[in-house]
Amino acid sequence: MALFPFFKDDNKSSASVARERLKVIVAHERLQREQPEYFQAMQRDIMDVIKRYVDIDPEDVQIQLENEDNCSVLELNVTLPN
Amino acid sequence: MTLAQIIVVTSGKGGVGKTTTSAAVAMGLALQGKKTAVIDFDIGLRNLDIIMDCERRVVYDFVNVIQGEATLNQALIKDKRCENLFILAASQTKDKTALTEEGVEAVLAELAETFDYIVCDSPAGIELGAHMAMYFADIALVVTNPEVSSVRDSDRILGVLQSQSRRAKLGLDPIKEHLLITRYDPTRVGKGEMLSIEDVMDILGIPLIGVIPESESVLKASNSGQPVILDQKSDAGQAYADVIERFQGKDVAMRFTERKGFFQRVFG
Repeated sequence: MALFPFFKDDNKSSASVARERLKVIVAHERLQREQPEYFQAMQRDIMDVIKRYVDIDPEDVQIQLENEDNCSVLELNVTLPN
Repeated sequence: MTLAQIIVVTSGKGGVGKTTTSAAVAMGLALQGKKTAVIDFDIGLRNLDIIMDCERRVVYDFVNVIQGEATLNQALIKDKRCENLFILAASQTKDKTALTEEGVEAVLAELAETFDYIVCDSPAGIELGAHMAMYFADIALVVTNPEVSSVRDSDRILGVLQSQSRRAKLGLDPIKEHLLITRYDPTRVGKGEMLSIEDVMDILGIPLIGVIPESESVLKASNSGQPVILDQKSDAGQAYADVIERFQGKDVAMRFTERKGFFQRVFG
């Protein structure tokens, strides 16, 4: 397949694009559902603080709350621009 | 005393086939000898009555019963084609806030005494009408088109069923969820233009109860007010009949899910 990358690209059906987009959005929304109600507000506040120092896009910041057995881990991933 | 099973037909998104499905499933169960009531929860935008061809027979509606202006017996419309089937129309004039949890519960409890199945036709959205339609359900038919916005909304509705229903709130066994894919076009799936059954199942992660093909017969059925399951010459009608069989625990293979062959395309 590596010999014909253009062929593979052309062949990427709209259904497979739909499938990939859906997988991402559904996974994201399921995570959101499990989050406490304050989470979105906190997310916005964290974004605002970062924006005070660096010019970033919301897409560059990923905030996740993961629940393990008896503790919750807040994971913050920021991709800083070069 | 029988204790009815409450089925909600839901989807989140509008226009995917909830009312078509409610009419077909209610008629299908009734034809199998099950005493069935079908209720339109879309207050202010009723449609089940016209799909079931009883729009001229609506004297009292669901809201009249909740507000004590009519008895359940006065409001239930007996289907002319099947003696086991009864329709409870939505109000056309009142506001959806007329639906209260206590009021809906009282109507369902009274129906549950004498019916085998109560089919709740949910409105689109996740607001009050949709909430009331799903709240008391034992079983959910999640109607989904193989299309991104419909699948996303179905997933959202599954979250609501799992966290906001009566069963969830009381910590009872969860609502039994069934996926019903509608408007499926195997030819377009074959061309890579439409999500496949496997794609939708993979994303939503709930068991499949049926696949209804995209079919001209559905519009014909609504034009004439005949639930499409009565058209047993049509692919959609047969697919709904299979859903009823599976619903009752029978193992029936999926049909109309493969591309039509050459001969079928020419002569079918």
